[in-house]
Amino acid sequence: MTQETPKIKRSIWSRIPLIRELAQSVGWQRGMLVAGLVIIVVFLIAAAFAQWIAPYGYNQLRDDDGLFGAQVPPGGKHLLGTTVGGYDVLSRVIWGSQTAFLVIVVAVVLSIFAGIMLGLLSGYFGGWLDRVLVLVCDAIYAFPSLLLAIVMSIVLSGGKSSLFFGILAAAISITVVFIPQYFRVIRSEVVRVKSEAFVESAKVIGASNWRIMFRHVLRNSTRTLPLILTLNASEAILTLAGLGFLGFGIEPTAAAEWGFDLNKSISDVAAGIWWTSIFPGTAIVLVVLGITLVGESLNDLADPRLRTRKRAVAVDVDSAEIDEMEEAI
Amino acid sequence: MMTESATKAAKANPPAEKLKKSGGKLGRYILVRLLLIVPTVFILVTMVFLLMRTIGDPITAALGGKLPPDQLAERIHAAGYDRPIWIQYFEYLGHIATGNFGTTISDNRPISQVLFTYGPATLELAVYGLIVAFIVGIPLGMLAAYLRDKWPDAMLRVLAILFYATPVFFAGLLLKLIFSVWLKVLPVNGRASVGTELNLQTLDNPTNIYIIDAFRTGNPDDVLNVLTHAVLPGIALGLLTAGVFLRLVRLNVIGTLSQDYVDAARSRGVGEFRLVRKHAYRPALVPIITVIGMQIALLLGGAVLTETTFEWKGLGFMLVQYINARDYVAVQGIVILLAIIVAITNFIVDVIAALIDPRVRY
Repeated sequence: MTQETPKIKRSIWSRIPLIRELAQSVGWQRGMLVAGLVIIVVFLIAAAFAQWIAPYGYNQLRDDDGLFGAQVPPGGKHLLGTTVGGYDVLSRVIWGSQTAFLVIVVAVVLSIFAGIMLGLLSGYFGGWLDRVLVLVCDAIYAFPSLLLAIVMSIVLSGGKSSLFFGILAAAISITVVFIPQYFRVIRSEVVRVKSEAFVESAKVIGASNWRIMFRHVLRNSTRTLPLILTLNASEAILTLAGLGFLGFGIEPTAAAEWGFDLNKSISDVAAGIWWTSIFPGTAIVLVVLGITLVGESLNDLADPRLRTRKRAVAVDVDSAEIDEMEEAI
Repeated sequence: MMTESATKAAKANPPAEKLKKSGGKLGRYILVRLLLIVPTVFILVTMVFLLMRTIGDPITAALGGKLPPDQLAERIHAAGYDRPIWIQYFEYLGHIATGNFGTTISDNRPISQVLFTYGPATLELAVYGLIVAFIVGIPLGMLAAYLRDKWPDAMLRVLAILFYATPVFFAGLLLKLIFSVWLKVLPVNGRASVGTELNLQTLDNPTNIYIIDAFRTGNPDDVLNVLTHAVLPGIALGLLTAGVFLRLVRLNVIGTLSQDYVDAARSRGVGEFRLVRKHAYRPALVPIITVIGMQIALLLGGAVLTETTFEWKGLGFMLVQYINARDYVAVQGIVILLAIIVAITNFIVDVIAALIDPRVRY
């Protein structure tokens, strides 16, 4: 359709997201980015291969030798001990990554989809729809997100849930909290892009609203998305864990969920039983840390004011400063 | 710094007309901002009401299976839940407008009474959390900006992310494990020990803000007891917000450090530390005040989790109790109450921001 235009070919490597950023980063920034990526990769491996990595099933209470027993200290057959309910802690921590991963994916996909659609419609068409949507999203945005998620999960599951509905309920609860964020960002970008010359040209040519919206406006409005995406992925884990901690978790027989296990460990802590809380808790912290490290690094690398420059450039800046100082004197 | 000196100058030598004009602008801003609370609360009430009603009437949810069907139907009829939903909705709106948030099903108390009994505990916890956040977040943020791109800065940034990445309940459990169980220096949970709580109950008109009540008893043991109970929950809740403050202060101070007036000061030979402390710090604080407004929502959500972790009997603790009792009238009431509190605090924070920074006003 379009004429072949000569493109500056970048190597395939440099076009894969993150690789360019990785090459661009230096010093501490690179360290943070790499550390974050390593954590995420470990988390993904655990989620994908839980079946083979975990020594036992998430709801396994006994093996050939009989029941595991409750609150068995770490060591021996149970590397990280067993919970008050008699489950193997290590297995539930590993299986928990699968639940967390599924919830993140479903929540982020749903909220991106809904948020982008609403933001695009609202920003492009404007008018009363825009005003109502902005008002509603502002109202939701100001609301404690955990409370909203609680209300949503009461509505969706009434507390009891199987694996599928549990994950879906948690994901939708989180989605409702995120939609306003995507909505705001996309809407403001769309409003900005809408007034650009190329949109007007498309209109003059006679392109339909849908074509302009999806081909011209949307593609130019999504540059900040990766950033919000990483932030939201980490927030999704925290919200899921928070819901689980308050007892909206997925039943232990249906799947492993870190927040739920932490809730069950409250009474253990007072008795000095540390292994039931520290391991699932650390899992949450590590995953959120990994995702946030990557998100923060990407943010810094995208912002020239925050990017640490390579040595050669840094010397330039210094000499420029010296020049300035000399001028000042 | 600059805006402040400018207003000072304006006060010292007031061009009467100009002053009046800006005052009118501020008044208008406050009025518009105040009116904006109404649609926000209205939307939230509508949303929560409709959502909660999609799962049926609250009486069936709370008592279904516990009462014979005819008694259940009778109670539903008595409470008016068999009428069309829109009549119930307008009735509920009217009740909210007059400050009637309903009566709990499980223990038959007006929600407003629940607020007055347990709200002060949540307020107290939130204030402790904010104090910790300020003490930890702001100086560390300034330090990170001062040492930017050096290794302490990297460490501080990872620390800030760690604060954010640690769920408040896990932070709470860890603190409990270390300080209450292993070191045995601080109490495990609750707001005060039983003896102190009894002492506080004997006061006439207790505020239910324990630290104030403890000072009123004049008994240093009670004050100490209340304070030791507050340390761990305060830290658990505060560190979350401290991480946010740290990042924000660092970013803003770095931002202001590249401003022309800071360059000018630097070229006059002002030291880098003094630049951070005297020149870049104050302008960087304005965005923080706005962010505090947003933090209130986060803080309240965190308070629900912290209260559950430490059995701190506040609104969040009660909310979880009512959820477990499937008392959805109470849940709806408390959620809406909290939403209104957040809306009002946001309003106050915005007004303070407008008072400090004239550019915020309309």
